[in-house]
Amino acid sequence: MILAGCDGDRTWRLQDYVARGGYAALRRIVAEKIPQDTIIGELKTSVLRGRGGAGFPTGLKWSFMPRSFPGDKYLACNSDEGEPGTFKDRDILRYNPHSVIEGMAIAAYAMGAARGYNYIHGEIFEVYQRFEEALAEARAAGLIGQNILGSDFSFELFAHHGYGAYICGEETALLESIEGKKGQPRFKPPFPASYGLYGKPTTINNTETFASVPFIMNMGGEAFLNLGKPNNGGMKLFSVSGHVNRPGNYEIPLGTPFSELLEMAGGMRGGRKLKAVIPGGSSAPVVPGSVMMDCTMDYDSISKAGSMLGSGAVIVMDETTCMVKALERLSYFYFEESCGQCTPCREGTGWLYRVVHRIENGLGRPDDLDLLNSVTANIMGRTICALGDAASMPVQSFVKHFGAEFEYHIENKKCLVPPEVQRAGSQIYVSPSC
Amino acid sequence: MLEIEIDGKQVQVDDGSTVMDAAAVAGAYIPHFCYHKKLSIAANCRMCLVQVEKAPKPLPACATPVTNGMKVWTHSELAVKAQKGVMEFLLINHPLDCPICDQGGECQLQDLAVGYGSSASRYQEEKRVVFNKNLGSLVSTDMTRCINCTRCVRFTAEIAGEMELGQAFRGEHAEIMPFIEKTIDSELSGNIIDLCPVGALTSKPFRFAARTWELSRRKSVSPHDSLGANLIVQTKHDVVKRVLPLENEDVNECWLSDKDRFSYEALNGDDRLTAPMIKQGGEWKRVDWQAALEFVATGLRGIAKDHGPASIGALGSPHSTLEELYLLQKLVRGMGSDNVDFRLRQADFRADGKRSGAPWLGMPIAGVKDLNRLLVVGSFLRKDAPLLAQRVRQAAKKGLHVSAIGPNAEEWLLPVKHRALVAPSAMVAVLAEVVAALSAAKGVEVSVALHGKLPAVVSDEARSIAESLAAGRKVAVWLGSLAAQHGRASELQMLAQEVARLSGGTFGFIGEAANSVGAYLAGATPGADGLNAGAMIAQPRQAYVVLGAEPDFDFADPAATKAALGGAQLVVGLSAFDSASLRGVADVLLPIAPFTETSGTYVNCEGRAQSFTAVARPQGETRPGWKVLRVLGNMLSLDGFAQGDSEAVRDEALAGGVAERLDNGLEGVLVSSVVAAAGALERVADVPIHFADPIVRRAPSLQKTRDAAAPTARMAPETLAALGVNAGERVRVRQAGGQAELVAQADAGLAPGCVRIAAAHLSTAALGAMSGDVSVERV
Amino acid sequence: MLSQESLQQIDREIAKYPSDQKQSAVMAALRIAQVEKGWLPKELIEFVARYLDMPPIAAFEVASFYNMYDLHPVGRHKITVCTNLPCALSGGVHAGEYLRQKLGIGFNETTPDGKFTLKEGECMGACGDAPVLLVNNHHMCSWMTTEKIDQMLADLDKK
Ligand SMILES: Cc1cc2nc3c(=O)[nH]c(=O)nc-3n(C[C@H](O)[C@H](O)[C@H](O)COP(=O)(O)O)c2cc1C
Ligand code: SF4
Ligand code: FES
Repeated sequence: MILAGCDGDRTWRLQDYVARGGYAALRRIVAEKIPQDTIIGELKTSVLRGRGGAGFPTGLKWSFMPRSFPGDKYLACNSDEGEPGTFKDRDILRYNPHSVIEGMAIAAYAMGAARGYNYIHGEIFEVYQRFEEALAEARAAGLIGQNILGSDFSFELFAHHGYGAYICGEETALLESIEGKKGQPRFKPPFPASYGLYGKPTTINNTETFASVPFIMNMGGEAFLNLGKPNNGGMKLFSVSGHVNRPGNYEIPLGTPFSELLEMAGGMRGGRKLKAVIPGGSSAPVVPGSVMMDCTMDYDSISKAGSMLGSGAVIVMDETTCMVKALERLSYFYFEESCGQCTPCREGTGWLYRVVHRIENGLGRPDDLDLLNSVTANIMGRTICALGDAASMPVQSFVKHFGAEFEYHIENKKCLVPPEVQRAGSQIYVSPSC
Repeated sequence: MLEIEIDGKQVQVDDGSTVMDAAAVAGAYIPHFCYHKKLSIAANCRMCLVQVEKAPKPLPACATPVTNGMKVWTHSELAVKAQKGVMEFLLINHPLDCPICDQGGECQLQDLAVGYGSSASRYQEEKRVVFNKNLGSLVSTDMTRCINCTRCVRFTAEIAGEMELGQAFRGEHAEIMPFIEKTIDSELSGNIIDLCPVGALTSKPFRFAARTWELSRRKSVSPHDSLGANLIVQTKHDVVKRVLPLENEDVNECWLSDKDRFSYEALNGDDRLTAPMIKQGGEWKRVDWQAALEFVATGLRGIAKDHGPASIGALGSPHSTLEELYLLQKLVRGMGSDNVDFRLRQADFRADGKRSGAPWLGMPIAGVKDLNRLLVVGSFLRKDAPLLAQRVRQAAKKGLHVSAIGPNAEEWLLPVKHRALVAPSAMVAVLAEVVAALSAAKGVEVSVALHGKLPAVVSDEARSIAESLAAGRKVAVWLGSLAAQHGRASELQMLAQEVARLSGGTFGFIGEAANSVGAYLAGATPGADGLNAGAMIAQPRQAYVVLGAEPDFDFADPAATKAALGGAQLVVGLSAFDSASLRGVADVLLPIAPFTETSGTYVNCEGRAQSFTAVARPQGETRPGWKVLRVLGNMLSLDGFAQGDSEAVRDEALAGGVAERLDNGLEGVLVSSVVAAAGALERVADVPIHFADPIVRRAPSLQKTRDAAAPTARMAPETLAALGVNAGERVRVRQAGGQAELVAQADAGLAPGCVRIAAAHLSTAALGAMSGDVSVERV
Repeated sequence: MLSQESLQQIDREIAKYPSDQKQSAVMAALRIAQVEKGWLPKELIEFVARYLDMPPIAAFEVASFYNMYDLHPVGRHKITVCTNLPCALSGGVHAGEYLRQKLGIGFNETTPDGKFTLKEGECMGACGDAPVLLVNNHHMCSWMTTEKIDQMLADLDKK
């Protein structure tokens, strides 16, 4: 699918993409003047759900864009992949950037957007440069720009490079950032579909979401849906990291058992025992290994296990992991990345981190776990964007599933997992596939 | 209209209202910090979380739009729990220094913490410390107290018009700051003190001066610009300690300019005149009131007898009260002289006798928001009338197109769509071009008086202005102080009247001072037989009564004024301050009360008569000016000086009504098509905001602001180049008989061929008239 | 204040946005300025702000919000190691420790010869390549074993 056939070193070139069947969908749509509704209808049938984390049905989102808006409408692609554990969009842009360009062009056609931006994560400058090159290729070939493929459909597409702020993955922070401001999320409503970039109607989708569009147009919504399982259409990229033998991206049908994914990733490193999995990026609640082994990789199954499929980032932890230390690092991340705008997140993320840090360093107090639960409850659902929730869910789930380990820490002022075991588990590791 | 139920109470609100708006209608209080009705919605403090039916989470009232049939609970268990949670977060990093905080007693955080906080903190970690910032001489910072509500940031960007503050860094490290090492230079900066809900931004002049509960609060009216901002003056033991805005949506809204807010410092300074003084044999002597008044009465009577009453002239400041100006004119008229005027900086008096009434703004201040076209002629709008400019700024965001004519294009922090940047000598011609183009655009014939007076060729700038006005639905033309003080002011007025007529709009004067309109109503202008301010200087009198003005600063031509007054037999100065400038020419000084120590009335530019009472006891021997003049009237055995209180004086002065007497109509002034000879350098004189009147020029903290910088000789870069002068070099400026040494400054916002040199400052007082030809040479 | 080449690059960025939205180019402009000058002193930020007709404090907000801008001087080579959880599980923390040892400095410090600055970074979206580190903001190095770190430092030392 998106990354299928992308192992060569020129797969990102236009020529290679076209050879793989690229831009056929766009050509057909433009040549046959396929009605916008047909495209959106096809997407609805496919049950493509947003790949950026929230899993919102893409077809439905596209249908929110006002049809007869007089001024400019915009499109934004969210390639600000910064959710710990997620590294799929980088590979899409590195190996198959034209699938994103084609997907965005089709989206622009379907929604009548005249301009688009791809917001690319700050730390992957080389990928940004490559995407700029791909844009130049597409522009030269008349696939974006004025009068695409000789039609009266025009769509300008540009890349915008981030510079180190996780929060810009939040869609309205991303828009603010494109506007040349701090990436501080906007309060919604109004939603981007009515008040987006520069105050104009805007649709934002994840890189993988856009990259999936050409395939859906080629194979049809129904076929795409059938690749996965009902309500969970299609294939999905999973970024597997942590204590596995072959970390990497795996594109598999939604509904594939977790155990199979683990197998593809080479199984547990050193044959050690699976302790816990964060199945959807660092913001998703952690799931104990035993529970995870019974899950299939799709939105519904993971949700039943009390977590979220999120961005499809699967962080695998084995028995050498100290869960307090793991949570401490994640809490530091949210503390560090809070945009500082709204009170509960600005003040609460620091509080959470400091308490977990204290516990990890042997200064925990008996009522600290209650305190953590109470502080997270005071953050969740009360912030402008979902970062507040994202910071809270790991804390709640770690304490819930591994409370004993935290209590041990508080009582004994040291880790349950001996430090040398932790060291052995997390030492510099380079997967055999590289 | 939308129906909403708040805490069980049904209310109807306009479409587009938020839950916070609806709560205001329902009379329900929702705690909040970042929300402010005049600022954009940030929804960042999260204090206003309320329960909304069917919403799974509490929602911020300030940002949640009302939908029809919505049900909201502001104090349900869910809402209060959320509010308490937010309050706890706000307090964890907030210092517990309320006892030494200037905000103590009027702190929204403190107030709400009492209701929502819990007594013991669960936060046991180290608290955050944030370094303070130097924002200048007016606003003091304690940034550790800041709760990041960003009200101050939004104020600078949205109301003051220039983003001078920002929220830098992110997360817990986020802090409010100006750009590195910059101060805040806005003339509206003090408002951020009011906006700050905690003690992070406080008044520097007020710092530690008093605890708020020790202060008594009295209403008053600002004596400075023509807006007449409503004030709350706070005093302790009869000393003014602080000035705050009194909200009046029709006048100042909830804002004050820094001048309004901080000028009070001058009232407590040590150059107050606190006892009557007489100059005898070149020596100033303190005397008692009786002796001083007898000296004055005898002197005036003697001069009237020896030289005739017409040898007496009265010059009043437009910052004086209605009552003072009324009794001043009554006094000289009672003595048989018609020489009285308050238009001390005016140069052209040809309109006298041809006006239909008292000149005013021509429209209500609050009407600015409804305008869609505005032409501003000859104004330093932003610094002359900061809060009026602020209204124009807001209206511009909603589609008001502003055009301007004049020699100056300094930053107004609002979009000026069309501008004719021309030397003062060309202003009449350009405005005439606008009239011509407008008449053509509208297909309406110009008035007979202008037949044959309009130019045949119209400049592009004038045409764009005319086209903009022609497309207007609600148009106004404003004449600023530069137009009012212009050598051909009456012609500008005739033309402005025509522009207004052709575009179906209004026209009027922004006005120079708090009582520019009131002074007309008080009759403080000469009648047909009298001399106006200019003539009283040009044809020196034997005696002058000078009310609230200083020769070096408050007159069109300080040099000529000092010469005329210096040659008189008797100069009586009524002043709140012991002024060196007055001492130089006066023979007797009478200490009269500033606005805080007397009752009185100012009539603002829209014709709103605003009376106020004293908020403090007069200092030393100071007496209210109206009482001094009343006693003088009686001592001179004049009729009609028996008023028992200032209200009686006011009622007498305003007997003919106010609205009835306001009229900008002008007839019979000849508009000529003369254009000044090219090649000459023309002076453009502004009266800087913090030099404009005797009070403000003595306010120490304001004098430390950038707006109080010493005057320079500003010229367009091409003018400098033509003169071979570099910016930063010292130059000698000569004008008429006078000269001054100043630093040359490049000003791209100035018409070529002009030199902008501020008036009302000692360094430029010797130059003479505020307009006219000057020469510039390198020193 | 900036070279002609940098200004041209900035102009190209400005052209990506609607003509009344120059400010959109501020992130790119600050990046370009930083590449040329090594870090962002306040005069440079103000220059960029003026170039884009935006208030200096708004440009400073941006420069101080995004992690990769340097508001203080850094060494000739800035090395940022990701130590976030997914990387930590595969040696990210160890790579950081190794670098600290080799360079003899802590995080947020610069070697006395001014050659290297070491930083701890957040997730770079490359967790599968752990340990990963970023050299001078723009070059990502993957699977950084101690040998590869040695090699990298030796190469950079020559530059
Ligand atoms: C804190 C935060 C970080 C996010 N980061 C990303 C991200 O890196 N990439 C992404 O595609 N979506 C991210 N999202 C989700 C976006 O807000 C948005 O839902 C998504 O881009 C929509 O695209 P989709 O419908 O195609 O998934 C983030 C959301 C939050 C609250
Ligand atoms: S939840 Fe955090 S990241 Fe999101 S807007 Fe609020 S402060 Fe910013
Ligand atoms: S007042 Fe609503 S969030 Fe601050």
